[in-house]
Amino acid sequence: MQFWIIQGLNSLSLGGLLFLLASGFSLIFGLMRLANLTHGAFFMLGAYLGATALRAIDGLNLWVAALGSGLVVAALGGVFERLVLTRLKTNPLGQVLVTLGMSFIIADACLVLWGGDPIPVPTPSALQSPTGVFGYAFPTYRLVLVGCSIAVAIGLYLLLERTRVGAMIRAGVDDRQMARAVGIPVSTLFTAVFCLGAGIAGAGGVLGGPILSAYPGLDADMLPLALIVVILGGVGSLLGAFIGSFIIGFIYTFGTALLPEFAYIILFLPMILVIAFRPQGLFGRVGA
Amino acid sequence: MTLSRREFVGAATGAGIASMAAPGLLFAQSNGPFRIGLLAAKTGPLASGGIDMELALNMFLKERNGALADRKIELIVADTAGVPATARTKCQELVEKNNIDCLIGPLAAFEALAINDYVVQKEIPTIGVAAAEDMTQRQANPWFVRVTATAAQCAYPLAEYAAKELKYKRMVTMADDFAYGHEMCAGFQRVFEDNGGKIIQKIFPPLTAPDYGSYVASIKNADAIFLGTAGSNGFRFLRQFIEYGLKDKMAVIGGMTALDESVLRNMGDEALGIVTTSFYSAELDNKANQAFAPAFRKQNKYDPGYYAASTYIAGEVLEAALKTTTGKARDKKALIGSIRGASTDTIRGVVKFDEFGNIIGNAYIRKVTRKDGRLVNSVVKTYPDVSQFWTYDKTAFLKNPVYSRDYPPAKNLEP
Repeated sequence: MQFWIIQGLNSLSLGGLLFLLASGFSLIFGLMRLANLTHGAFFMLGAYLGATALRAIDGLNLWVAALGSGLVVAALGGVFERLVLTRLKTNPLGQVLVTLGMSFIIADACLVLWGGDPIPVPTPSALQSPTGVFGYAFPTYRLVLVGCSIAVAIGLYLLLERTRVGAMIRAGVDDRQMARAVGIPVSTLFTAVFCLGAGIAGAGGVLGGPILSAYPGLDADMLPLALIVVILGGVGSLLGAFIGSFIIGFIYTFGTALLPEFAYIILFLPMILVIAFRPQGLFGRVGA
Repeated sequence: MTLSRREFVGAATGAGIASMAAPGLLFAQSNGPFRIGLLAAKTGPLASGGIDMELALNMFLKERNGALADRKIELIVADTAGVPATARTKCQELVEKNNIDCLIGPLAAFEALAINDYVVQKEIPTIGVAAAEDMTQRQANPWFVRVTATAAQCAYPLAEYAAKELKYKRMVTMADDFAYGHEMCAGFQRVFEDNGGKIIQKIFPPLTAPDYGSYVASIKNADAIFLGTAGSNGFRFLRQFIEYGLKDKMAVIGGMTALDESVLRNMGDEALGIVTTSFYSAELDNKANQAFAPAFRKQNKYDPGYYAASTYIAGEVLEAALKTTTGKARDKKALIGSIRGASTDTIRGVVKFDEFGNIIGNAYIRKVTRKDGRLVNSVVKTYPDVSQFWTYDKTAFLKNPVYSRDYPPAKNLEP
């Protein structure tokens, strides 16, 4: 019984972490049809910025650090989008290459700035002692992380479904040409969405920090996970990213606990199955 | 670092161009400086180690005013980025363009394997730091010596220590899922079980495991866990291990890279008391290390660990070898012969080599303590002259398959 409860909670917490990673990627991919391979690097940069801020400023709160890092990474993403990506609007291969190149640049810059040693992101002191769940001890921070990702999901849902900007973004996702024709400033919208997506990744890096810490290679470890989640859930679907994150969280956790030899295969298998039978992903729309 | 890379590269390129312009110079050059090529990963995930390798080797050469055994030394550093294919290209470049006399590095086993054939083909005396067992066993490369330890070499004494002195009976092993992790755990298991202990569970998470939560939660109840990790993986695993409240329930001991100084300097009190093993510790109390470790710390503001020590020892071994090859350093056969025959006092103590080119030297059992405000690996016990075959018969040892995930088979796993 303990096994199922603890591993179930582990699955939830990994799912939450994956949503913080994948939602920004999905947002950008959905609206701009841009597979932003810099996403993992944004996540890592966020983690490093957060770790440094928490080390440098006494008494700084993890949530404030996450917000700050998110804003910095969002700004950087905005500059990158304006200066480089706008020039490659009609060139998907160029976009892939340039975002990949950017991720290398960020990774090497992190290495120069922070060196090669792993840097811990401390767990907030109030959340350090384990919580009792049905009589079993479980790290409190991991439960809070699930709450965080649900809050982000609700926030994004409200933004997309209940605001004017959200309506414009949805219009852009559904039919870019038509959106432009009815006077939606698609170009500005693109930049805003790119900032938002990068910002969520940056903040996610800090929030995931107490579990993952900041280390060289974090970008390359996380990017495939974002891709798996988004492809499984469906391009441009927030619900898809949400459900997809938790599905992968469960599959990975129970897969590694029950069949440890096949950890990585188990991660990719559901994605392959979904693509085989439903190429648009679980919640993607056909022709979107 | 004042022996700047730019100077070296500049000098090397200059010499290269000169030799191209006037082939006659090539002959004159045989009395020129002795060229060392260093293959170090200075970018990518393994960069931390590679940067330390370069820092320490530069420090070694600077202390000797850029000359070993009265020969001027030229160091050419190539960045492999921790990628085997790049290691191969850079190695080729060092040999063909820079005309090196001796190679130090590379850092990782898969890089060493990538250049293995080429080193044999071009007959390059190579002083390696990577751990892959078979490079000095069943498939020994006559041009390769190792100055650190094979993956299992330092795990043997730790296993004996765990069984005999710490009195652990049942243990779990956890290591990265690649050759280094497999070999280290296998060596540990073999000696631990030969001393009456039982390995009840073996866990091998993938090298790029995003989250160790599910592994930590499935650890069975035992006396202790052996960590065979390297770099940030062990660091993250240990934090999660503590977070799940397991540190109060079982002890942690680790292999030679698990709590390397590079990991330790970013940890807190949670690391205190953890026992690990290595061929080196910044805390070693011998004359050479009493000079090296404080100087390294003064220059870089942190303690030297596995990687820094590896190239410094390589330098010491090379110096000892050059002293006995006077006038014949360019003779590759003579050089590798005297490297293999070298018996010298280094920062890890006195070392010599076996007939496969692997080092025989002290292994240390270390315990994390706090000293002057920082965490250090204090030496608690020394196992002298540890060989890669431990106490086993060499011939029988080599008849067995190389260590792996499943060899030797674990007979005491609990369901």
